[in-house]
Amino acid sequence: MKIYVPMDSAAKALGADEVADAVRREAASRGIDAQIIRNGTRGMVWLEPLVEIDQGQGRIGYGPVTPEDVPALLDGKLESLGPVDEIPWYARQTRLTFARCGVIDPLDLDDYRAHGGLAGLRRACGMSQAEIIKETTDSGLRGRGGAGFPTGIKWKTVMEASAEQKYIVCNADEGDSGTFADRMIMEGDPFTLIEGMAIAGLGVGATRGYVYLRSEYPDAIRVMNDAVRIARQEGVLGPDVLGSGKAFDMEIRMGAGAYVCGEETSLLNSLEGRRGVVRAKPPLPALEGFLGRPTVVNNVISLATIPVIFEKGAAYYSGLGIGRSRGTATLQIAGNIKYGGLFETAFGVTLGEVVNEIGGGTASGRPVKAVQVGGPLGAYMPVSKFDTPMGYEEFDQNGGLIGHAGLVVFDDTADMLQMARFALEFCAVESCGKCTPCRLGAVRGVETVDRIAGGDPAAVDLLTDLCETMKDGSLCALGGLTPMPVMSALTQFPDDFACHKEAAE
Amino acid sequence: MLHALQDSYGYVPQEAVPVLADELNLGRAEIHGVISFYHDFRKAPAGRHVLKICRAEACQSMGGNALAEATLRKLGIGWHDTTSNGTVTVEPVYCLGLCACAPAAMLDDRVAGRVDEARMDKLLNEAGA
Ligand SMILES: Cc1cc2nc3c(=O)[nH]c(=O)nc-3n(C[C@H](O)[C@H](O)[C@H](O)COP(=O)(O)O)c2cc1C
Ligand code: SF4
Repeated sequence: MKIYVPMDSAAKALGADEVADAVRREAASRGIDAQIIRNGTRGMVWLEPLVEIDQGQGRIGYGPVTPEDVPALLDGKLESLGPVDEIPWYARQTRLTFARCGVIDPLDLDDYRAHGGLAGLRRACGMSQAEIIKETTDSGLRGRGGAGFPTGIKWKTVMEASAEQKYIVCNADEGDSGTFADRMIMEGDPFTLIEGMAIAGLGVGATRGYVYLRSEYPDAIRVMNDAVRIARQEGVLGPDVLGSGKAFDMEIRMGAGAYVCGEETSLLNSLEGRRGVVRAKPPLPALEGFLGRPTVVNNVISLATIPVIFEKGAAYYSGLGIGRSRGTATLQIAGNIKYGGLFETAFGVTLGEVVNEIGGGTASGRPVKAVQVGGPLGAYMPVSKFDTPMGYEEFDQNGGLIGHAGLVVFDDTADMLQMARFALEFCAVESCGKCTPCRLGAVRGVETVDRIAGGDPAAVDLLTDLCETMKDGSLCALGGLTPMPVMSALTQFPDDFACHKEAAE
Repeated sequence: MLHALQDSYGYVPQEAVPVLADELNLGRAEIHGVISFYHDFRKAPAGRHVLKICRAEACQSMGGNALAEATLRKLGIGWHDTTSNGTVTVEPVYCLGLCACAPAAMLDDRVAGRVDEARMDKLLNEAGA
């Protein structure tokens, strides 16, 4: 009998370690011969800790399980959720990037292989650099870190640059609130990121890679370090990748808690051991990146999606989605939500479907007021925009952005003025300090919001002007996009800004 | 290197700055600039345990602010402060990636989700605060 108890940090935060201890103890006392596997999460966070039992006839789920439930669980007296693969929330997804996450033992390379792992890298080993770039471009994959830049085009620039040394840098800074896809895949299927980076390395001719991983994720750091060591032992990494004669190796570097270090040039400075100040572009990191050499900087999910593209082919991947948003979005449904978690599906599903049908509305049971999509720099979307399909251009046309595809749901108790204030406060704290509109504008913005709250009607125009200045005068998206949550709050929820005025009058 | 220092001392001692500057052949101001840029590095020792409470939007949507305020009030300290008996330092953190089970907190390296006041009391008890 196999018993799966996730070791994902969200599961652990909900008591998975205590459940695993109880399973071990109770199984021993009953003389049950059980193999306990600490898998990643299936992404159904509202069911965590989700325990799965396999007695040879498929995996049956139970959850959320508490340590007190374990005796009943092992006696077969706990009510089950049925086969995990058939839970509707799970079954209706198109799991490509996350196909193995929660299914396999994260650090078992044989398990990884048995579920399609390394097929993509093996195929890439037999391709020329140009063919690898073409496959990536044809897949239509766009960067999942925020900007949505076509991955193939970025790789082509690095491939065509001539230099003795090139680098692959994985951006695992994942600072956005409401996002956890990077963390989940690194904890639940770390080899897929390693495989993706190796394919990127072969494609552009880079032999070294780094994962810049935020210090807030100690579990992910541990799993990734172990996975890299195992991959090296097994010849997936090293001087002779899968016997291809080509070299690629990588290491994990830890960040130090600065949101702006998720911006790629700031990240490169931090990786070099400097202050994480944003660099002016050009030069592009693709040409002068880490240590001044040509560097691919890609998000975790972008890179972790590469293996499945090479396994199933570019046409398969690009066959999904809408418009110029091809493939799948790895939606992270969070905040005040009934069924929160990671939901992977083709682009095109509407915001309303995600929040109401998939997410089941708010956890508090109150009406939804707003959804912030795309992290702290993303817009607050009102319910009236719920028919917006998930797609880069579609969101842009509706005054929003998809970013890293995190959704944070708020119920009707949310005060949008306070949310706007928070966005500005956040920008002020996290600003790298290079541009005046960002550094000082944000501080001024907080004061201005306080004036609005105090009943000063003139302050609204001031705030609007200030946001314009920030948008136009900032080097990177921290200063440039902070106006997005602020202005969307102001324009979509004017009542929250007006009632203070009336109250004061 | 700074991470290693912080791991062994619990903070980055002021005295380390000239040593690092020498070793790396950089100015003291430069080293200081790096340390002060990042939220992770502390200039003073922390309590025996560090409790980080998430302040990001997702946690706010689930009452994270009220939880944080109540906790600080209970301990009688502010952000970044240490309790008088030296057991716990409370720090804000921006997003622990546990947004689908907000509000979230982390005691040393251990994460906790859907934290309510009772759960928080339990955490504080464990830390001896
Ligand atoms: C303030 C700021 C924070 C960012 N944070 C992240 C982050 O945490 N993770 C990430 O992958 N990209 C982040 N980005 C985007 C990166 O600059 C860059 O576009 C991305 O790493 C490129 O990878 P991709 O093309 O695979 O998306 C951030 C950008 C800005 C301006
Ligand atoms: S916008 Fe802000 S964070 Fe970005 S470069 Fe300018 S000062 Fe730095």
